[in-house]
Amino acid sequence: MDKLLEVKDLVVKFALRTGTLTALNGINFSLLPGERMGLVGESGAGKSVAGFSIINLISKPGFIAGGEVIFEGEDISKYNFEQMRSIRGNKISMIFQDPMMTLNPVLTIGTQMTETLLAHKQMSKEEATEIAIECLKKVYIPSPETRLKQYPHEFSGGMRQRIVIAISLLTTPKLIIADEPTTALDVTIQAEIMDLLLELCIKEKMGLILITHDLGVVSQTTQKIAVMYAGRIVEKGKTLDIITNPKHPYTQGLIKALPQTHKKGEKLYQIPGIMPNLNQIPSGCPFHPRCTFKKDICSQIEPSLKSVDKGEVACHLYA
Amino acid sequence: MFAFIVRRFLQAVFVMLVISLIGFSIQHQIGDPVRDLVGISVSKKEREALREKLGLNDPFFIQYGRFLKKALHGDLGRSFFYKKPAVDVILSKAPATLELVFVTSILVIVFSIPLGIYCAIFPKKFLSRLIMGASVVGVSIPVFLTAIMLIYIFSVKLGVMPSFGRGELVHIGGYWYSGLFTWDGLKHLVMPSIALTSIMLPLFVRLIRAEMMEVLESEYIRFAWAKGLKPKRIWFVHAFKNTLLPVITVGGVQLGTLIAFTILTESVFQWQGLGFLFVEAVERADTTLLVSYLIFVGFVFVLINTLVDIIYGLVNPMVRITGKK
Ligand SMILES: Nc1ncnc2c1ncn2[C@@H]1O[C@H](COP(=O)(O)OP(=O)(O)OP(=O)(O)O)[C@@H](O)[C@H]1O
Ligand SMILES: [Mg+2]
Repeated sequence: MDKLLEVKDLVVKFALRTGTLTALNGINFSLLPGERMGLVGESGAGKSVAGFSIINLISKPGFIAGGEVIFEGEDISKYNFEQMRSIRGNKISMIFQDPMMTLNPVLTIGTQMTETLLAHKQMSKEEATEIAIECLKKVYIPSPETRLKQYPHEFSGGMRQRIVIAISLLTTPKLIIADEPTTALDVTIQAEIMDLLLELCIKEKMGLILITHDLGVVSQTTQKIAVMYAGRIVEKGKTLDIITNPKHPYTQGLIKALPQTHKKGEKLYQIPGIMPNLNQIPSGCPFHPRCTFKKDICSQIEPSLKSVDKGEVACHLYA
Repeated sequence: MFAFIVRRFLQAVFVMLVISLIGFSIQHQIGDPVRDLVGISVSKKEREALREKLGLNDPFFIQYGRFLKKALHGDLGRSFFYKKPAVDVILSKAPATLELVFVTSILVIVFSIPLGIYCAIFPKKFLSRLIMGASVVGVSIPVFLTAIMLIYIFSVKLGVMPSFGRGELVHIGGYWYSGLFTWDGLKHLVMPSIALTSIMLPLFVRLIRAEMMEVLESEYIRFAWAKGLKPKRIWFVHAFKNTLLPVITVGGVQLGTLIAFTILTESVFQWQGLGFLFVEAVERADTTLLVSYLIFVGFVFVLINTLVDIIYGLVNPMVRITGKK
């Protein structure tokens, strides 16, 4: 099958006053149509930057410094603004972290839904409203006709995220990039929203890139996982393989730190140390100062991704 | 929304009470109604009798009550200099100032919105830097200096513009003599309103730019880009509508600044409006007129701020529904 998305050696930098910061150091991954992938890692690993760089919407001093983003056979990273605009919200939709901040407070839900359709498709306002109502039904918002006339503050957090999901469905995209879609929500609603997202992705055959630091969520939703550390992908593989048999010491640490795997009475495990700032990444393997298995070579040579079993790992332990 | 309007109205009444109390206190302390009535050529004994008759020896709050009651009937006392009710004097001067403020406001609105938006969207462009630089110069040159420079260049040197007064007026009705309907009247309006605009426009350009830039950084704007909307829609609908809210609020407050600057502008251009009247009243120690001016300006200020809040409520759905902010 042809790949839906292929990210090749993508490099993203931030032009800061203090110098250029490399936030993505040549990452590679690909997605088949309808496939769901989790992008996991600690805070600051570059997950959001990776997600946003696909539609070239990196926040301000950031820019794509190299590599390719091949979507449906075309390198969209080289697209001009108007070409990229026709992809955004049309073939690739995004779901943001905090639904309280994502919707414009002074526009009605209806406006914020129909405008997306009108920006991409030749249709009347009435037709757009029809589709908006359809999509609100898909995310189980009751009485969508009246809800369309309301403003974001008239909805709860969970409802707002449903609306954001409905917006992402409007144009029947091929790919949804969801950046921590449940972190800002109440724990009780988190599962509900994830189930909804999963159900819709399967029903509408949409690909999904799920960005999260929660391996637990990823394990129930996605078919494969890419683990990020300090702007690099350090391990890739099938979700089941990675959860049951993690190769990279960092991935092992992440799984050990899951609340689900920890035994009652024991202290919750934490990977020792913190992730380095991107401007002071240690030589060799960026993870080596925190690694319990480190060898001499780890501080000297940076390991590259190599096939191990069915997955890929960047670690000298498997050389 | 109705509850919101009622509450705003009650607040306005309260503020007006405070203003009237302050105004009355000033009059009570430094004014001398007896002098205002009979001048200084009357004996001390007769004056004392008159004081008693006028109730000027009554306790403060009884006098204040009387003052308030009269004020509600539109009577703020008589101007010592004009020998007319102070309210009449003020109403006859108000149109001049209102017309000046009106023309200035239009100039400010028409120019500040596009300039502010442009500078917010393209902060790095040369034109934006030029506008921002000019605005710093604009706010830092005192308004009377701008006014004098305008007079020097266009009236004294080039002789193309009138340097003082309102020019030919048309009687509209009541106290209203307007300069907006004659070529001469409009010509006289040009320089005073430019002087006033020179100080208000930079304030608003900077305000709109700052608010808009903040809005452009927000998550919902980023989401709007992610939805693939056209830039014009993001700037003028998504961002500008949110910029408007704080600008409306601050705009109401800036009215105070505008009033202060009308006093200066009117003095330089001998513009027969309220600001000019105020300076005159101070010079002539016309306390009643002075206090009437304070109360009138306070009233206009409160009125406009209340209207601004209600407009804010109409723009902001959050207030519209809940009546809170
Ligand atoms: N606007 C920016 N300016 C400068 N540097 C940035 C900016 N955005 C991101 N970065 C850099 O990129 C790194 C990765 O950021 P990113 O937001 O992708 O992390 P993340 O993995 O999504 O973390 P989180 O779980 O906290 O969302 C940050 O550590 C930061 O150094
Ligand atoms: Mg993030």
